[in-house]
Amino acid sequence: MAINHLSPPTGQMADNVVGFARALRAAGIPVGPGAVIDAMNALQAIEIGNRGDVFTTLEAIFVKRHEHALIFAQAFDLFFRAAEEWKHMLDSVPLPDHARKKPPPASRRVQEALAQPQMSETPQAQEQELRLSVSDKEVLQKKDFAQMSAAEIAQVTRAIAQMKLPQAELRTRRYQPDARGLRLDMRRTLRGSLRTGGDIIDIHRLGRIDKPAPIVALLDISGSMSEYTRLFLHFLHAITDARKRVSVFLFGTRLTNVTRALRARDPDEALASCSSTVEDWAGGTRIGTSLHTFNKLWGRRVLGQGAIVLLISDGLEREADAKLAFEMDRLHRSCRRLIWLNPLLRFGGFEAKAQGIRMMLPHVDEFRPVHNLSSIEGLIAALSSAPPPHHRSLIRSAA
Amino acid sequence: MTALALPTSVDAMLELLTSRGYLAERSLATVTYLSLRMGRPLFLEGEAGVGKTEIAKVLSAALGRKLIRLQCYEGLDVASAVYEWNSAAQMIAIRLAEAAGDTDRAQLSSDIFAKRFLIERPLLQALEPDVAGPPVLLIDELDRADEAFEAYLLEILSDFQVTIPEFGTIKAPHPPIVIITSNRTREIHDALKRRCLYHWVDYPSAERELAIVKSRVPGISAKLSQQVVRFVQALRDQDFYKSPGVAETLDWATALTELDARSLTPQVVGDTLGALLKYQDDIARMQGDTLQKVLKEATSEN
Repeated sequence: MAINHLSPPTGQMADNVVGFARALRAAGIPVGPGAVIDAMNALQAIEIGNRGDVFTTLEAIFVKRHEHALIFAQAFDLFFRAAEEWKHMLDSVPLPDHARKKPPPASRRVQEALAQPQMSETPQAQEQELRLSVSDKEVLQKKDFAQMSAAEIAQVTRAIAQMKLPQAELRTRRYQPDARGLRLDMRRTLRGSLRTGGDIIDIHRLGRIDKPAPIVALLDISGSMSEYTRLFLHFLHAITDARKRVSVFLFGTRLTNVTRALRARDPDEALASCSSTVEDWAGGTRIGTSLHTFNKLWGRRVLGQGAIVLLISDGLEREADAKLAFEMDRLHRSCRRLIWLNPLLRFGGFEAKAQGIRMMLPHVDEFRPVHNLSSIEGLIAALSSAPPPHHRSLIRSAA
Repeated sequence: MTALALPTSVDAMLELLTSRGYLAERSLATVTYLSLRMGRPLFLEGEAGVGKTEIAKVLSAALGRKLIRLQCYEGLDVASAVYEWNSAAQMIAIRLAEAAGDTDRAQLSSDIFAKRFLIERPLLQALEPDVAGPPVLLIDELDRADEAFEAYLLEILSDFQVTIPEFGTIKAPHPPIVIITSNRTREIHDALKRRCLYHWVDYPSAERELAIVKSRVPGISAKLSQQVVRFVQALRDQDFYKSPGVAETLDWATALTELDARSLTPQVVGDTLGALLKYQDDIARMQGDTLQKVLKEATSEN
């Protein structure tokens, strides 16, 4: 199929495709300029009158991951709503939501993205906006999650979604070709030498492969943590990648494994399916019992291969007793590194007064604050670095 | 054709296993029978010591097949699981060819990568034809190997063939009987489980365990065997970190007979508890009142 690249489409259709691509970008689908050009070329090659064909064509170009398909479909519906105007490719205004049925989780995002102002301002205005957003960002970095407005939370959520978890590398026992490796790769050496009739010319070597360590997150969803829960879920969703080994458990009065619910999906949808599996949102906390359940049913299954455990909880436990200390100790001894993230640490004069916290502290390798964006970034840095030597001496003992 | 015919019904399968001293639950006999009939690998998961590995041994003995065992561990790779070239022998062959003045390179490389320089590891051995019929391939504790090996296994289990770049493809004329076990130290990928028949092997009931003890521990008195099984069953009801498996029950029963114990007393149980419980926390919990209580239940005459 020959497509004339020399005469790019102009006018209404080009504007529409560009606008649509921008809307997709705002809704979180990565769409580069190359894809926009592809889309314009492709639209010239098909019957524009057929809405289904146009949908398929654009989807094939813009959607590169399955979890984006849902957002794309909604954005397409909103953007090219009126079928009779479709032939003229007129810009259509998103209709108000009639709320005949509950909108699917991602639709709010798409609506917001489409409602964003067109970028037709003067350069000066843009610059101002940019400056503003930088200072905004600084404020956001330091602001406690618990005091944010809905809009700010949305901003933070986006920032979290863009965080990339660097590779906390673990040396595996598997080998790959490596010029500076320590082991001889006799097989490749021999095959190479045969090309010269048996004179060995270069030695091929093998070195160990490094692989990211598995992560197991235990997230407290009791009432006292409710302001943070959603954001932490967003954070966990951001680091849960099909290629990385991340398991996520939620606990309040009981323990729920939500690893599969969080995997490879749109964040809104993942959170919605988490909500449907968990029965005890924002209830009480029974850390000891939940840890016991985890140790008994899941510990051996997910803590192998040198896992790092993130325990996200404020440690406010009413039934703190020796059992809690025992289960913490067991958890600590069965993983490679136990990091406790506690939003209460944001208070400068935080003293571990609560009984539960005192029980748990001796059994963690690291005790970190996690209540704003900078602390999450700090956590990511900590995860990617080598574990520090056991520095429990640095943790202020509460006794 | 196979030397010994495969069982033709679930009952025949049960019969076959029982005749070799493996007293299986009917559900286990059923999936084993199905895996033989359908030619699908059998995936057994369960706690340590419930007889997952044993069934492969018994099956190979009962059917007169060779047992090929691949024990998995972290870092298991193709060289130790499937095949490896014998580099030392190849080097010697190259030297000999040089000394003889052969300079035909194509000939040399085809000589070097001949089958006699191939060291066969368990997975490749399992593909070799056997006069007694296809062997039983036991892939033990697959959870200890890494995901990369699991992915490689997918290919072998679906086609039963191995491609060696320098040599060619080796395909099994008849697929082996495959039994995979896992202790669940990590979750095995769905893709592999989908190709297998899955069965969770549970602890046996009291009656079955009693029968197992009687058949496996010769010379144990009826009274002691009953007490042993009751005691172990009571332990499993307790919330221990690691409950004793059938293997532990048999060890303990053997230990007690070695010590000439007639019946369970606090003294003898305390001395031999290490055969049953393998965690210090668990042993510490089984002291004093708890031990007395369980012991009383186990030794009551009713």
